[in-house]
Amino acid sequence: MEDLLREYLPVLVFLGMATALGAVLILAAVILGPTNPDPEKLSAYECGFNAFDDARMKFDVRFYLVAILFIIFDLEIAFLFPWAVTFKGMTDVSFWSMMVFLAVLTIGFAYEWKKGALEWE
Amino acid sequence: MLNTDISIVLPEIVLALFAMAALLFGVYTKKDKVAGPILWATSAVLAAIGIWIAMSPAGTHTAFNGAFVDDSFARFAKVTILLSAAAVLLMSADFMYRRGLLRFEYPILVALSAVGMMMMVSAGDLMALYMGLELQSLALYVVAALNRDSLKSTEAGLKYFVLGALSSGILLYGASLVYGFAGSTVFSDIIVSAEGHIPLGLLFGLTFVIMGLAFKVSAVPFHMWAPDVYEGSPTPVTAFFATAPKMAAMGLFARVVHDAFGMAVADWSQIIALLAVASMFVGSIAAIGQRNIKRLMAYSSITHMGFALMGLAAGTALGVQAMLVYMVIYVTMNIGTFAFIMSMEKDGVPVTDISALKQYSKHEPLRALALLLLMFSLAGVPPLLGFFGKFYVLKAAVDANMTWLATAGAIASVIGAFYYLRIVYYMYFGENEEETLDGTMAPTQWVFLMASAAIMLLGLVNMFGVDGYAAMAAEALVK
Amino acid sequence: MGVADFAFYIFAISAVIGGLFTVVSKNPVHSVLWLILAFLSSAGLFVLLGAEFVAMLLVIVYVGAVAVLFMFVVMMIDVDFAELRGQMAKYVPIALLIGVVLLLELSLAFGTWQVSNNAEAVRAAIAPDMAEVTNTAALGQLVYEKYIYLFQTAGLILLVAMIGAIVLTLRHRVNIKRQNVMEQMHRDPAKAMEVIDVKPGQGL
Repeated sequence: MEDLLREYLPVLVFLGMATALGAVLILAAVILGPTNPDPEKLSAYECGFNAFDDARMKFDVRFYLVAILFIIFDLEIAFLFPWAVTFKGMTDVSFWSMMVFLAVLTIGFAYEWKKGALEWE
Repeated sequence: MLNTDISIVLPEIVLALFAMAALLFGVYTKKDKVAGPILWATSAVLAAIGIWIAMSPAGTHTAFNGAFVDDSFARFAKVTILLSAAAVLLMSADFMYRRGLLRFEYPILVALSAVGMMMMVSAGDLMALYMGLELQSLALYVVAALNRDSLKSTEAGLKYFVLGALSSGILLYGASLVYGFAGSTVFSDIIVSAEGHIPLGLLFGLTFVIMGLAFKVSAVPFHMWAPDVYEGSPTPVTAFFATAPKMAAMGLFARVVHDAFGMAVADWSQIIALLAVASMFVGSIAAIGQRNIKRLMAYSSITHMGFALMGLAAGTALGVQAMLVYMVIYVTMNIGTFAFIMSMEKDGVPVTDISALKQYSKHEPLRALALLLLMFSLAGVPPLLGFFGKFYVLKAAVDANMTWLATAGAIASVIGAFYYLRIVYYMYFGENEEETLDGTMAPTQWVFLMASAAIMLLGLVNMFGVDGYAAMAAEALVK
Repeated sequence: MGVADFAFYIFAISAVIGGLFTVVSKNPVHSVLWLILAFLSSAGLFVLLGAEFVAMLLVIVYVGAVAVLFMFVVMMIDVDFAELRGQMAKYVPIALLIGVVLLLELSLAFGTWQVSNNAEAVRAAIAPDMAEVTNTAALGQLVYEKYIYLFQTAGLILLVAMIGAIVLTLRHRVNIKRQNVMEQMHRDPAKAMEVIDVKPGQGL
């Protein structure tokens, strides 16, 4: 356990450094940068016009479909990692258990393909 | 080792394989145009597996290191689940087709959720419990929102999903506390982990698990989702929600409290008694103000869950037996009632307002009579079968020295009778000049309505032997 | 206090802060970013527990995929969040009350926390010896064989999720041109083109 955590020490140091550096850069900008607020600075430049609407608009639901299909296959990959690590000296049961799992998801994939969920139109 | 395990879960495997084969068949042929045949085939497979399980030899088998238990209790619940799912699918074909909702994924999702329900009632491990529950729920969330062009249906799906996810979270938290105490997720390890006294931490875990399960059976105070989901979902989906998943959730409930927490009967019995009383009263009283028959049936199901929980609260084998008998009667009544609700329409548009039933007996005397029998049975009027269900649970509560609970149940049942009888009153004595419902009714719906009503009458001879099987099932669960 | 303890408190505090700001921040996009902080801190906590694989999964699946999906959802729905929050303010007192009661009860439970006498033995009987195998390999030895039932169910759940996502969101649009690769490849120039000799003054 101790050894394991020692291996992660560089990551922790890196995280600390990254956080500190980020904080320093933001704080430096706040403290050192000149601040002369003026409403004109925020207004549209010269002959530009003000925004008509909120910049955020509704996304097409298809983006969501692609994202969720990605997550499903992401999870499938996640299950493959420990399987790959123990591949050497694996029992037949373990091997075929993953094959069945992959087959189930391949059925899902075939359904998805044939249904046209992967076409963008 | 693995071979025997697989032979024990063979029914589940067959059903899952069928669902996947149907999925591929549907998508590689004409998609929604073959939805009808897929639906009939799914229904046939569900019923066939139900009969197969009913015929399979007695005895208790466990598989996968105790994660899966196949005993009389599981078999009893599975047969009820599969047959009711098959019945609801059959009678929904016509409704879904005419509303343009008959998509070939619908029967497949129902079949996959049935796999989840079978896993739930056979769970012997907290993880298996959770996986079965999620498989079931996930498919149900989707079918609730099946009518995706309707705002109400989408709302129903979303509400069900968000609250279901919350309840799953609570259940998992409780399960983690239990695991933290016992060091194992297998029920047979949990039950021996506490020697003599129940420490506070385990009690919290038990309470959280019960809360999560109470969400799934829609017991008060975790019932908020039920009326909206029942109202918004397409009627056949509502019919499905009111039958098979309820049986599965009650079966799981009984399984958890007896198999995993059988050493703490006094502790969970109080909690369940409280849930039962609250459900019976809130369900009965809140239903009085409902005009929409689907919302009314939602409150009715809350009340009925209260009664079924009363059997469970007794904490005895007799209580479990009463609960099982009650659930079977409840599911049968609901199939008939929903077969009728599905046929309620005027000019092709579904009608859900109960005042549309005024003078119904003049136009359709036979169907009105069948509905009258079902309403009387739901209200628990003797000598119909619904009365015997109530009588069984009340008796179990009294035998377990919970007379106060039984008294509360009797009072709630009197209050609840009001809104069932109001429907009957509307049908026979309501004042309405014009015809508000068309005479059409699909043959399958008609058959199920009549069969269900007939069972309410004929069943009082010997209940078709159901109570004998329920007694065997209860014996297997409560040692 | 060792480095591990120090790291624990840092991660624990940032996880709680991340969770808190996910709920209270006004801008939903900021909420998602706070949620990512909460996920990352929990990943740190998992590493401290020795569950490396779960920690990395949390980063890959939750930060990498789920947070992106949340971002889509936040962008996709057209809801006035300021108005929602206005309504929510009404319920804050009762929510706080419930929260405090729950917290007190849980602290009571954890204050007197006990572990079953045979819990350690039961736990050790299942898990492979951590001195011999790595974390991921230990999971690999368990998940595919001992927990094969749960593993296959996970596959079914993913299948249902896939069907559900497609059933609920996929719309097949009509009257638009689609690509059909096979058709395009099998196009025959002889049939696809036609030379017409247009006579002057006649048109086609």
